[in-house]
Amino acid sequence: MIKKFDKKDEESGSGSNPFQHLEKSAVLQEARIFNETPINPRRCLHILTKIIYLLNQGEHFGTTEATEAFFAMTRLFQSNDQTLRRMCYLTIKEMANISEDVIIVTSSLTKDMTGKEDVYRGPAIRALCRITDTTMLQAIERYMKQAIVDKVPSVSSSALVSSLHMVKMSYDVVKRWVNEAQEAASSDNIMVQYHALGLLYHLRKNDRLAVTKMLNKFTKSGLKSPFAYCMLIRIASKLLDETEGGHDSPLFDFIEGCLRNKNEMVVYEAASAIVHMPNCTARELAPAVSVLQLFCSSPKAALRYAAVRTLNKVAMKHPSAVTACNLDLENLITDSNRSIATLAITTLLKTGSESSVDRLMKQISSFVSEISDEFKVVVVQAISALCQKYPRKHSVMMNFLSNMLRDDGGFEYKRAIVDCIISIIEENPESKETGLAHLCEFIEDCEHTVLATKILHLLGKEGPRTPQPSKYIRFIFNRVVLESEAVRAAAVSALAKFGAQNDDLLPSVLVLMQRCMMDSDDEVRDRATFYMNVLQQKQKALNAAYIFNGLSVSIPGLEKSLHQYTLEPTEKPFDMKSVPLVTTPITEQKTEIAPVATSKLPEKLAPSRQDIYQEQLASIPEFQSLGPLFKSSDPVQLTEAETEYVVRCIKHTFARHMVFQFDCTNTLNDQLLQKVVVQMEPSEAYEVEHYIPALSLPYSQPGSCYTLIRLPDDDPTAVSCTFSCTMKYLVRDCDPNTGEPDDDGYDDEYVLEDLEETFALASVRTLDEAVNNIISFLGMQPCERSEKVPENKNSHVLFLAGVFRGGHDVLVRARLALADGVTMQVTVRSSEETVVDVILASVG
Amino acid sequence: MWKCPVFLVTLAKNEALSLNIEPSLYTVKAVLILDNDGERLYAKYYDDTYPTVKEQKAFEKNIFNKTHRTDSEIALLEGLTVVYKSNIDLFFYVIGSSHENELMLMAVLNCLFDSLSQMLRYANICLKNVEKRALLENMEGLFLAVDEIVDGGVILESDPQQVVHRVALRGDDVPLTEQTVTQVRTTSLLYPSLCCGV
Repeated sequence: MIKKFDKKDEESGSGSNPFQHLEKSAVLQEARIFNETPINPRRCLHILTKIIYLLNQGEHFGTTEATEAFFAMTRLFQSNDQTLRRMCYLTIKEMANISEDVIIVTSSLTKDMTGKEDVYRGPAIRALCRITDTTMLQAIERYMKQAIVDKVPSVSSSALVSSLHMVKMSYDVVKRWVNEAQEAASSDNIMVQYHALGLLYHLRKNDRLAVTKMLNKFTKSGLKSPFAYCMLIRIASKLLDETEGGHDSPLFDFIEGCLRNKNEMVVYEAASAIVHMPNCTARELAPAVSVLQLFCSSPKAALRYAAVRTLNKVAMKHPSAVTACNLDLENLITDSNRSIATLAITTLLKTGSESSVDRLMKQISSFVSEISDEFKVVVVQAISALCQKYPRKHSVMMNFLSNMLRDDGGFEYKRAIVDCIISIIEENPESKETGLAHLCEFIEDCEHTVLATKILHLLGKEGPRTPQPSKYIRFIFNRVVLESEAVRAAAVSALAKFGAQNDDLLPSVLVLMQRCMMDSDDEVRDRATFYMNVLQQKQKALNAAYIFNGLSVSIPGLEKSLHQYTLEPTEKPFDMKSVPLVTTPITEQKTEIAPVATSKLPEKLAPSRQDIYQEQLASIPEFQSLGPLFKSSDPVQLTEAETEYVVRCIKHTFARHMVFQFDCTNTLNDQLLQKVVVQMEPSEAYEVEHYIPALSLPYSQPGSCYTLIRLPDDDPTAVSCTFSCTMKYLVRDCDPNTGEPDDDGYDDEYVLEDLEETFALASVRTLDEAVNNIISFLGMQPCERSEKVPENKNSHVLFLAGVFRGGHDVLVRARLALADGVTMQVTVRSSEETVVDVILASVG
Repeated sequence: MWKCPVFLVTLAKNEALSLNIEPSLYTVKAVLILDNDGERLYAKYYDDTYPTVKEQKAFEKNIFNKTHRTDSEIALLEGLTVVYKSNIDLFFYVIGSSHENELMLMAVLNCLFDSLSQMLRYANICLKNVEKRALLENMEGLFLAVDEIVDGGVILESDPQQVVHRVALRGDDVPLTEQTVTQVRTTSLLYPSLCCGV
């Protein structure tokens, strides 16, 4: 008995890990005894265990050695030792991806899965499905179907879960087992129920009707498995979310009913589902909150954690709904699990009154160093929210934040703090100086380049307008001396802004610039030289154009335009206006109307939506002569969500043309659509120049067709127009399973909703709504943060800036007044008179 | 203080994965057992959150550092929910997405621990506890038990009785005469089917 010997050795030794000093080569050497006859099950078992242990430790096995060991292992199927056989299954699963030709064990496994030994059958199914591919799956399909409905729960569960794993690979085969899964779902065993439900949902999730039916059936019949209940709740809440139906539907009632389930897991799942629903009213939340409140005093840490974490989420949107739990949350502040304590405090910060803030902050600072970075970020977010709620508390918060900035922490944590301080500065002008001082101190010793450059940018923007701009110069210039290239360059830009706005500082800034011009890095030198020359001109207009206002174009778009420009040799200079603007909202500083402006520039390096469209359109030969793409609209749905064909429209504007892109999706799996065209009947002077059909539209694969419209030249003000759209296509019926279409088809058409351009303020009741309407209708960017309407005011002025097609700058001022409805007075300025007319005509 | 750039990457990745939750049976991301030095005794990862051994070990080190001193049973680490339990010189962890129902993960952890303690109690009559030495002497039992509890991230079974029954591990073949009466009784209680066969 080898094992007994081993044991004695261990006992005499330090009793340490017998697997500790395993050598892969030695173990593989030992594996040769697999070939001995008769098989010694005990020794073989021990060696298999060692092999799996090594694999588990992350040891790398080469293909050759793994294949060799695998083939030797297959001989062990001759032994009838139960544990040994089970370890063989495990080895097969572990080696499925490493060894070659694993399919040679298929017949042995098939024999075990259909055999008499129940202990073998489940694991054999799982091992078999691990090594099976789509073609082989059809060969064992019959056995799988039988196994799914087997009366032994372990067999049925194994078959269902293995089928689920294979859905990704062989959807079409597994789809045929729906009836068996359906039968398994009514099993008495709770795990079989759960697995069957999961498989059924995965097979049907694209078919909303089938999912609804399934839900109805199971919510009525009542399942025994708590796991299955959790799954049902998730499916129901997803369905509710998609249909955006009211919360009076039977699905919501079902979820609410689960709050009274006797299993805590189900109750929690239901409460969490209700809390996460969008637009939940306080009344609907109340029952969920009260069960979570009960959980707060549970002896189980996991349950307390789950409850307080969920309450924390509720508090973000509905702080008043959680106030009832304040007492229970107070008790959790001293919880030994720091995660729970932190969540409890941050929740209280959101729900508590202004007076309790100081006490809570003190409590939290006592253990902030003990909690993980994730929770520190949670704390910072809570503080950020608090500052917006109680602006007067900003000095306490600022103090706390600056202490946190000094502590150790990862990048995410520091970034959260910096963002929080920046937002406080933006909200409270009186906190600006303290905030900037803390940030200055932080960049003195900051290891994160991104944060340092961000803060320098902010200093450049805010610093020059403070009463004592000179004190920031020292911090900024220190960076030029001490930091890496990127930070130095950012510091130079910040310095330039001080020089441009403060005449008395200009001479000193110029001296500093002079020194920067001798920097070792190109970029820093270039910037310094550039700013130096601009500043020496002492012209306000130059400063504004080259120092304050950065590029507002999309960077990938600029790259593409420049590339295009270099490809075609031309006498014309490159025109910046041909580059698409950044589509994300930014507020630009316009010297004419906006003396004060702060902006949050989102760092967006990925190509924007517009860049993607531009690429798509450029690849179509008919559209190449249209010139650069000016602007793309957001998609508009032209069908209801649940119709046979789903069509949405995107409008692309060019200098003289418009292209309508129709993204169509065919949701019928027994039809193939061909030559799909959306015919448009314009109501006014527009004319359709060209249709580009989508050649083929198979089931559930979206395709696009295009319609090219020429804008009328003679009457530039005729911009509003209604298009009636009809989709025309050739239908070919096809087999839903194989997708093989019939030979002949027939023409058909489908009427879509009209596409129109209208603007109505009459229906708008609040100023906020009006502002959003105007912005989205005109497609222009708001300036000076004028898109934010202060509360409780009856009038508001909205400033918009944009570029009209053809590259004419446009400024719009809209004065809004709230009476019964909203009345508006619009003033438009532009370099081109027709543009003004067009905009006024479109609004009026 | 343990800080490394890998942490940032994985944090961002895990956040991205957790967006847009689709109802699914895939609940468990990993099952780990570490010893009291934080060394891996068993680790099974069910998805690509940590694709390389290096990232896995770094994650395990982070988990161990954050959990081995406290006896609380749940934490949020690198954007993942970790439920854990320690016993003598062993640390058991079950890891899932931060959107996962914490109680489901807890059910898996409890099932794993209870199954192992029943199995070990039977296999080592002198050792009553789940501890490192007993576990190492029954590694095959551990492998088979985890295989019965979680399959590819899906919870296969949550009842420890069922798991022990399905693993059906034989202990050392001690002749019946050498066993005490109580042992036979525990054995027959736990393994009625096996004892009939003896």
